[in-house]
Amino acid sequence: MADTLLEVKNLKTYFYTDEGVVPSVDDVSFSIGYGETLGIVGESGCGKSVTSLSIMDLVPSPPGKIVDGEILLKGRDLRKLSEAEMRKIRGNEVAMVFQEPMTSLNPVFTIGSQIIEALMLHKHLSKKEARDKAIEMLKLVKIPMPEKRVKEYPHQLSGGMRQRVMIAMALCCDPQLLICDEPTTALDVTIQAQVLDLIGELKKKLNTSIMMITHNLGVISEIADNAMVMYAGKVIEYGSVRQLFKNPLHPYTNGLMNAIPRIESDKEELYMIKGTVPSLRNRPKGCLFHPRCEYAKEICRACMPIFVERDGHKVRCWKYTDRW
Amino acid sequence: MLRYTAKRLLQTVIVLIGITLVTFILLNIVPGDPVNLMLGKISDPETIARIRHEMGLDRPWHQQYIDFLVGVIKGDLGTSYFLKESVVDIINRSFIITLKLAGFSFVFAMALGLVCGIVSAVHRGKALDSGLMTLALLGISAPAFWVAIILQIVFGLKLDLLPISGIDSGLCYILPAIAIGSRYAASIARITRTSMLDVIRQDYIRTARAKGLSERLVIYKHALKNAMIPIVTMAGLQLSYLLTGSILVETVFSIPGIGKLIVDSMLTRDLPLIQGTVMYVATLFVLINLIVDLSYAFLDPKIRYEKGD
Repeated sequence: MADTLLEVKNLKTYFYTDEGVVPSVDDVSFSIGYGETLGIVGESGCGKSVTSLSIMDLVPSPPGKIVDGEILLKGRDLRKLSEAEMRKIRGNEVAMVFQEPMTSLNPVFTIGSQIIEALMLHKHLSKKEARDKAIEMLKLVKIPMPEKRVKEYPHQLSGGMRQRVMIAMALCCDPQLLICDEPTTALDVTIQAQVLDLIGELKKKLNTSIMMITHNLGVISEIADNAMVMYAGKVIEYGSVRQLFKNPLHPYTNGLMNAIPRIESDKEELYMIKGTVPSLRNRPKGCLFHPRCEYAKEICRACMPIFVERDGHKVRCWKYTDRW
Repeated sequence: MLRYTAKRLLQTVIVLIGITLVTFILLNIVPGDPVNLMLGKISDPETIARIRHEMGLDRPWHQQYIDFLVGVIKGDLGTSYFLKESVVDIINRSFIITLKLAGFSFVFAMALGLVCGIVSAVHRGKALDSGLMTLALLGISAPAFWVAIILQIVFGLKLDLLPISGIDSGLCYILPAIAIGSRYAASIARITRTSMLDVIRQDYIRTARAKGLSERLVIYKHALKNAMIPIVTMAGLQLSYLLTGSILVETVFSIPGIGKLIVDSMLTRDLPLIQGTVMYVATLFVLINLIVDLSYAFLDPKIRYEKGD
């Protein structure tokens, strides 16, 4: 594996609401090497977006708070940085593309000025240099007629175009890490494929590390090197994409794989994991997945499983321990 | 943008013509004959008839209206019955005074209102927010003439810092401007807070933060420009009220502005002067609304490009 760019150790981000404490991210650890892509999969509310916002220190506070853990970017703990130092990281070393292209661009500024702003801030370019660079970036993300588009407002662009602009904006300061939070979820299927191809292509061209958050396993298989499955705020499986797709260990991962509709299958009904994700405020005792797991035994109901590792493929399930 | 402007201008002209008509009709059906008031009870019917003829009041109403309309277009609103002076001159004189007062009030209200509203929104739910919003509630609830009297007592009589009546110096405008402006400041603060809170939750604010912008740029550039539309609407409306004079505050501070002129002209049934002041007030409202509408286009690019411009 390449040298480590980002290492997250035992991250805990909790939300303190009137109804109680919500452990959105609970003891999450992972790392991303230079030029590597990590996919994070999970259902809505499993903590994947909060993990990414924690890295950027953009968790809405209050009610959210990073309670514990280390976020090491090139060995530097981002949690120990001041707000001013953190601002030099955001958009510069670590950039982010969000889920909703329709609302993530400011409607009252031209897309050009929104890209230029970041360039002038981090790269200290003059307005003219920044403008040229912005046009170049728009060209890079394959926006036709970038000289004209740079002067347009977000509402004049389609959703796919806006997401390309978001990607151009995120990449304009050559970040080492690009966090994509469900970048294709809000787009039409055909546009999804184009945007994914674009991200894949840019990754090769610029050698940027990517943290790709999605609930779509297809996206992971296409673009990621490693993948991490999250469930109710915890990592339950972690391994290379090959390991994960060839040999999913956790019953939940297995369920997710089976839930992908396959054209060659002659089954009438789609596979479904029984039950629903537990409320984070009221998580079950023991393994978080046990109420929905067909293999659940006494031990699963009593204790939270620890990670079991085989060739770098980690899983949090009692099935793979000697106590099973 | 051109098409939008042209459309709004046309609407404005139609509204203004409507205003002249309504003003004219209303004033001709209200009771109270100016000639009777001028001459008192001693006059004989012949004299009354003669004067009515001289003033053109015996002509058919449509002819009087057309004369009035032609006058308005020419910028001539007639001569005051009692002051024997051109209505336009009288209004201009009062307007300059009201304009100064409105200017002071507006600057005071906008500066205080915007700052308090933004600070409140940024510190939402904290003591500072509650304190400022309680003050704003007080500001809105307190009648302007009461604030005026309290200011006179505190700053004029007790502390002897500022003059409490007349328009002899610029200082004279300070207390009335605060008296008029405080409630506008309060409503601007409230709408700024609401509007900012709405904008701060938007995804593009998160994007701006993710870019590494300082909180100041995020709030004052990215959020404020989006939050300005409802604020401009309210500020524009308030500006019209300010420019048409505050009858009560002008009276309390003995300021000879438009507010006082309206009251005086009504009391004497000085028809040309009433017509003139009403026209003036209505026109100002319409024009300010026009400016407000056009400024939306400046603030919101979506309006600018609507209907395939």
